[in-house]
Amino acid sequence: MPEDKKEFWRWAESNWKNPDLNWEDANIITVGVDVGSVSSQAVIMGDGKMLAYGNMRTGSESPKSAVNAFNFALDALIDMPEDRMDYCVGTGYGRVNVPFADRPITEIACHARGANFIYGPEVRTVLDVGGQDIKVIQCDEKGKVTNFLMNDKCAAGTGRGMEVLADLLGVSINEVGERSFKVKEEPRAVSSTCVVYAKSEATGLLRKGWTTEEVLASYCRAMAERIYALIERVGVVPRFAVTGGMAKNRGVIDRLMPMVGLERMTTTWDTQIAGAMGAALFGYALCQKGKGRKK
Amino acid sequence: MLANYGYKDASGDFFITVDTEKCNGCGDCMAACPASVFAVEDEDPSDPMRDGPVAVVAGDKRKRLKYECNPCKPSALRPPLPCIEACKADAILHSW
Repeated sequence: MPEDKKEFWRWAESNWKNPDLNWEDANIITVGVDVGSVSSQAVIMGDGKMLAYGNMRTGSESPKSAVNAFNFALDALIDMPEDRMDYCVGTGYGRVNVPFADRPITEIACHARGANFIYGPEVRTVLDVGGQDIKVIQCDEKGKVTNFLMNDKCAAGTGRGMEVLADLLGVSINEVGERSFKVKEEPRAVSSTCVVYAKSEATGLLRKGWTTEEVLASYCRAMAERIYALIERVGVVPRFAVTGGMAKNRGVIDRLMPMVGLERMTTTWDTQIAGAMGAALFGYALCQKGKGRKK
Repeated sequence: MLANYGYKDASGDFFITVDTEKCNGCGDCMAACPASVFAVEDEDPSDPMRDGPVAVVAGDKRKRLKYECNPCKPSALRPPLPCIEACKADAILHSW
């Protein structure tokens, strides 16, 4: 009997409710839904304050994942009816596929706004490493974008690439960061971050006798270098913050920060929900500006 | 805002930068570009709070800039680019 194949790439889905706030006290309830290529998040905000969020895997159907993520966030709130929502903004890769959204806003604007909310007004440079693209955004103290770059042509150095490698090496995605530092000597970076080439190079290195940890370290370094090349284009203005799933991977980010030459800002929030948070905040701003839904 | 459209791959950096502080959305670049790389949108997609039209690089061209712009960029004797010439506001930059 073949043993059950474990999905090493699978990360934990989660939802959360703010224990200090009650949705019934809120005037305007806005929802932000970020349908990414790998993960989908829904954030529910009352008057610009966090009420609840849900974070789950996207799967093959964007509209369905948007609904699932929203229901997941609603589950956390337990008793809020779906139609209590005043305004909904869709963002991310599948932003036009959110069936209940009032309007789409690009993830660039939403991530800057979300990072501003998570990390505070001092954040000037936001690096978002998503499932399938890398964004480098500079913003002002209000979270307004001043300079941005998004590379979505090539998935090199992105979250999905890391998932593929974790699966190849049989290392759970949560352990990649820690294990990549368990090497005696830092190995050279794999020569290509292209997911397909890197995977075959990793297979070759394993055959040569490299340990799993060495291959992980080598790939993490290559990804950090790749990400840095994009950051260099836009430039770094302190303070520097990272959002997206890759912010949880020490292996890449701790190798990246010495290249950037700055400390990164820290947070207790789930970094994956930054885009959805920004979307919900834009929804709130639009409602306040009188650009909200016509009733 | 500096909007960098394009990509970086193994063959190089291919970005067109539109400075939205300077761009007034007149559409001259759109008319000048033989490959229809530019489009004008009524609202800046990366800044929903900004009012007024703005030039962007069309969605289907962003991942093909190296090829779309190639006819205007011969390797020898490079004439000025039509988009940059057409832009009175001086809002367009090419990275390569």
